[in-house]
Formats: sequence, C-alpha cells, structure tokens
Amino acid sequence: MDLLDILRTALTQALGPSAIVYALAAIGLNIHFGYTGLLNFGQAGFMAVSAYALAVTVVQADLPFWLGVVLALVAPVVLALLLGVPTLRLRADYLAIVTIAAAEILRLVFGAVETKDVFGGSNGLNGYSETYKGLNVYTKLGVGRDGLDLGVVQYSRDDLWNITVGWTLVALGCLFVWLLMRSPWGRVLRSIREDEDAVRSLGKNVFAYKMQALILGGVFGGLAGLFLALKQSSVVPSDYSSNITFYAYTALLLGGAARVLGPVVGAIIFWFLLTGLGELFSQLTSGTDPILPASIMDGTQASLVRFIVTGLALMLLMIFRPQGIFGDRREIAIDAR
Amino acid sequence: MARFMALMAVLAAILLPVAAHAADATPGASPSASPSASTAPTTGTAINVLLTNQSDKAADGTAKPIPGVTLNVTDEAGNAVGSGVTDAKGRAIIAVPAKATYKVTLDEKTLPEGIALGDGTADSVTVAVRLDGPNNFAAFPIGVQAKATTGFGDKLSDSIVSGVKFGLIVALAALGLSLIFGTTGLTNFAHGELITFGALVAYLFNVTIGLPVIVAGVIAVILSGAFGWLQDAVLWRPLRKRGTGLIAMMIVSIGLGIFLRYVYQYLFSSETKPFSDYTNQARRDYGFIRLADKEVAILLIAIVAITVVCVAMMTTRFGKAMRAVSDNPALAASSGLRVDGVIRNAWILGTLLSGLAGVLLGVNSQINFLMGFKLLLLVFAAVTLGGLGTIWGALIGSMVIGLMVEVGPLFGVPSSIKEVGALIVLILVLLVRPQGILGRRERIG
Repeated sequence: MDLLDILRTALTQALGPSAIVYALAAIGLNIHFGYTGLLNFGQAGFMAVSAYALAVTVVQADLPFWLGVVLALVAPVVLALLLGVPTLRLRADYLAIVTIAAAEILRLVFGAVETKDVFGGSNGLNGYSETYKGLNVYTKLGVGRDGLDLGVVQYSRDDLWNITVGWTLVALGCLFVWLLMRSPWGRVLRSIREDEDAVRSLGKNVFAYKMQALILGGVFGGLAGLFLALKQSSVVPSDYSSNITFYAYTALLLGGAARVLGPVVGAIIFWFLLTGLGELFSQLTSGTDPILPASIMDGTQASLVRFIVTGLALMLLMIFRPQGIFGDRREIAIDAR
Repeated sequence: MARFMALMAVLAAILLPVAAHAADATPGASPSASPSASTAPTTGTAINVLLTNQSDKAADGTAKPIPGVTLNVTDEAGNAVGSGVTDAKGRAIIAVPAKATYKVTLDEKTLPEGIALGDGTADSVTVAVRLDGPNNFAAFPIGVQAKATTGFGDKLSDSIVSGVKFGLIVALAALGLSLIFGTTGLTNFAHGELITFGALVAYLFNVTIGLPVIVAGVIAVILSGAFGWLQDAVLWRPLRKRGTGLIAMMIVSIGLGIFLRYVYQYLFSSETKPFSDYTNQARRDYGFIRLADKEVAILLIAIVAITVVCVAMMTTRFGKAMRAVSDNPALAASSGLRVDGVIRNAWILGTLLSGLAGVLLGVNSQINFLMGFKLLLLVFAAVTLGGLGTIWGALIGSMVIGLMVEVGPLFGVPSSIKEVGALIVLILVLLVRPQGILGRRERIG
C-alpha cells in the first residue's frame, strides 16, 4: 500500500475536471437551496437538458458548435420555467418530488429505445467536441499529449485545458454569485428563505423571485452538464441519474450552504475523500496477497465502500453540522414550513 | 403435399419468470407445492421464442406451432450462451445469464420437412433482454407475415391483470409511506430501500439459508417490522427529540437511502436473482383472464393485507390514535395519547407493509438491490395522486398508477419508458389538484 500514491490520486481528482462538474452543479444548488430555500432535487435534469441540447444541435442537426452552446444555456431556462410554474407555489417537499420526477423522466426519455434516432439511446451521443478541443491553448503552447507532471499532481493535455476552462467558469460563477447576493436582489432571496410571508407583505412578488432563482441555479446546473459533456466528449443518459444531484448536495452541505465558496470547497473535499477512499480500498484489496481478504471484500465491493461512506456522511452532516465547514447555522433553510 | 416457402414468424419475447406467455412451462404447479418444471430456466432470466407457421392456420386464426426447431443464443461477443428446442406448442425458453443484448439464431436444418424460411427472412434476430417489470416483453418478428400472436382483447385483459397486481404491490408500499408521512410529516426518500429490504431478507432466508419461499417471506415481513422499529429507535426518534426540521430529516433520509443502497449492493451484488421457487409458472385460464397460481396468491395476500390495515385504521383504537396524531399531534398529545408510541407503531407497520411489497415484488419478478429505488417515484406518484397522508387516497392512487404503467404500452406508450406516464401524472396532479383526489384542501403552498 502506497499512502503517497493514494494522496496524489485523490489530490489530482480533487482539483480535476470531475470536481469542477460538482462544483458548478453545487453552485446552482446553493442558489436554490442555500440562498432561496428551494429544494431542487432535479439538478441532474438541468445538467442533462444542457448536455443533450449541445449534442443534438451539433451531432444530429449538424448546426454550429457555438449555437449548440447557446442552446445548452437556453435549455435549462426553459426547463426551470416549465417546472417552476406549477410547483413554486407549493410546499418544499412537493417541489423536491416534482423536480426529481422531472429529472427521471428526462433521463428515461433520453435513454429510451424509441428515441434512439434523436438521443442515441443508452449509448448516447458523441462527436460534438472537436471545436472545443481545437481551442486548447496548451496544444498551441506545445505541451505534449501526456501533459504536465507537477510532482504532486499530473494532468494530460486535454485535462489541463478542461481544468483551465472549468476553474475559470467556477471563479466567474462565484464572483457573479457574490455580487448578486450582496445586491438588493440577493437580500430579497434570503428573506424569502427566512420568511416568505414577511417578504410578500412588503409588496415583493415572491413567485417571480423564486422563479428567477430557479432559472439562475438551473443555468449553473446546465453549465455543469455542458462542462461534463465537453470533458467526456460523450453524452450518456446514465451520467445524469439522481445520484449526481444527491452527491452535489453532499458537496454543498460539506462546504457549507449559503456561502459563496461553500460549494466549491465542498466539491473539492468531496472528490478528495471519494477518490482517496476508492483508491485506499482498491489498494487494500488488490494484489496476490491483499490486506483485506477477498472473502471480506473483493474488488467490486471495494469500489462501493466510498459510496456507503458518502451516504453515511450526508446523514451525519445533516444531523450534526448542517452548516458544513464554513456555513452559518442560522443561514440554513432546514426548519421547514 | 409438401409445402414450400412457408411463411412464418418468430416471436421472441423477453420474459420475467412470472410474466405472461411463459405459460406452458409448468402446467398446474400450485404455489404451495412443486418447484418449477425442468424446462424452466433456473436463473429466471430467459428469452422466450415462439415459432408458428403463419401460412397454416387453424380455423380460429391461430397459426400452427412448429416444434423441434433448434435455436442458439449467443452474446454480443459471439460466445454461445445457450440453446433450446421448441416444444409441441412451438415455444422455447432459453435461459440467459444476465440482462444484455443477445442474438437468437434459428438452425434451418432442424426445421420440419416442408417448411422453410420465407424469402428475405433472416435466420437470426437480436434481442435486448431487460428486466424492468413484468410483461416487459418485446416482439421481434422474423418473416414476411409477422403477426402478433395474441389479439388486442387478450393483451388488454393481460395487461389489466398485470396493472392491478402491480397497483396492489405499489399500494402496499404507498400505504407504508402514507402512514409514516401522516404521523411524522417526513417525506421519506429512503422508502424504496425499505421495499428492497423485505425482498433481500426473504432472499437471504430462502436461497442462502434454504427455507421455503413462503417461510422466508413471513420471516422477511416480520424482520421488516423490526427494521422499522430499529430505524425509529436509533435514528428518527432521537432526531425528533432534537427538534430537527423536516427538510433536514428529508436530506437525512436521502443519505440513509444512499447508504442502504450501497450496503445492499455490497452484500447482494448488482445481479438480478430469483427466489428458489415459483420462477416460471404456468398461467391457468379463468375465462376472461389468465393467471399463474402465484399471481393469484400475490393478489390475495395484497388485498387481505390492505383490507386489514384499512379496517384497522377505521375501527380500532390503534388506528384512531394514528389518525389523531396525523391530524394534530399537539392535540393528540394533550388528549393523553403517547404520540411517540403512535409514531413508533407507524414506523413498524409502514416498514412491515413495504417489506411485504418487496417480498411480493420479488416473487412476482426477481430481486435486485435497486428494485425499491426504481419503485420509489411511482410510490410517490401514487401517494401524491391519491392525496398525501390519506389511506384510501394511497390505495386509489396506486391502482391508477399500476394500471397506467401496465396498460399504457397498449395505447402507444413506448414500453421501455412506460413509467414516464405515471411521473407526468404526478407533475400534472400537483399542477391541477395538489391535494390529490381524496386529500383535503389545506395549506400546501
């Protein structure tokens, strides 16, 4: 067992593209849940519509890449409007059920045999990311295909481009959220979270504010889906299951909801622990004479331990430290109406 | 006279062990007796092929079966998986190891004298084996005159029966969810795992330990109740004592759900496995409908369980106490009710019912660590449709959802996504009548 190796792998992943996907998705959930108190359990659906909007535009309709990107940012707005109109007036748990149901509907439809001609069935779509890859500045700088090995972390040339684009998006997103949340608009959102009726009695249109928050957070979800689609160069329906929403929530709650940097730090720590644990148990069970005998844990089971821990961590976090690492307990919308 | 160029159709249907057309495997097996017959695949997952001669029809329009034809099944890599020979009714059931895509090839040399494949007819067909629910079969005709073997009326009655059966199973789980929601207000996202729990415990006692399915099922239901008690005692009751908010508890239930799902997968693996018994059972003809004996058993058990619970809720002191707590916990407490005890009972009963749903679902189809999670949103849909927290509402909602899911494919709903309709109904109900069919108008927004 090589502890240093485990740490290197974990750190590489924690700063890598996968963590960026969760950071972007969690920034969106932070706007929904952290600032406005909306329980959106369908972030996976927002991610899926963006990813498929790009893929279908470029691959199936043969339209330009940049039009695909624009449509990928329009798609979550449309989805938010469709979901928000019936549900934003309802209680929090209804919104949760509707959003998770909508995300499941989208995933099933995207993966269905009957829609294979458009969405590619369970194999999904690929072949839309050439323009994105062509923009890779590291190719022009003459970095080799193997990329850079910085000792502690190492990334391939493609991943270097991915993390450059990704972390730039995350940074811009955080700046945007920071500016928004200290504006009067942001203060109204937080007041809605605290006491909706009080805001209403001040003459504010609560429904409109909630809708704006749902759209904005949904667009961040869409960005996450778009980035996932670009980094993977393929869109597969199974990537957009409800688990991705739940893990994004875990990341958000880990870092601390209603904090600008909460989702970002949360995503980094979440991926560090997830890959670290995965690598640790994979090393413990691999080799001819594994430390953990196969009768207790085999290779497949080793890959499951980290998710068992994730579930446990989500429970314990919510029970003992709902504000996460950086959050403020008073700022968490967990005392439901 | 030798008949050349016979037109014929091959229908390959993917079957759950239970499901329709597996019919002829074990004539007359009763649920309390013998194991499935030798022709039935031991694993339960199987490809079902029916060979009929479309150019030689009997007076009533049904095509004559072609017996004695060898069919070979290969997987995507081209490895032989299994083979079968059609029986006197032209049917062959070929077991496959897992759900995947397979190629079924017909051995032309084994065709009876005078029958040949028609022009332009391929001798093989690709079959995607999926296991998402009973009756989830697809027909892949080979041949010039491909025809469905059953008429619309038969299909309709078959799918209505499946729908009622599925609806009753969903109703058990929905009653469980409704009881827990009614008394605690918790939207339990780990409810699907309570369903899986029943099926997995039954599997443990049945296959691993070797008890009969029925004994294992009874043990599983009892242990499900104990699991409900344990959950309440260890997790939910302390949380209530701390005054944890409902949203926080809901997120805790998501964490619990993830935790349990992966623990299940850790212990059970991600395979889909059947119970040791009643995997493939013949359907008897009851006039309008055809039912396997185990389906009759499932229907009866579910109806009895639901009736007992509903009557108990209406008449007994225990039921009244539960309704009182769900109406107004504070008032119930000040009237001298032990609210905590009532909630504990709701957890025990709710988990027990969900465990029973899991056992029945396992008998009906097979067991998988995700079976409950896949059902969760349908249970939510049923409960929301009927009215969150009402007993009769959960029942009606479940039946509507069950029928929608099973009958929908007959009216053009793509069968691979037949659950989508139920989920759309869920969203529409919240749009039009958020309190559900039977719910009272109260503060929901």
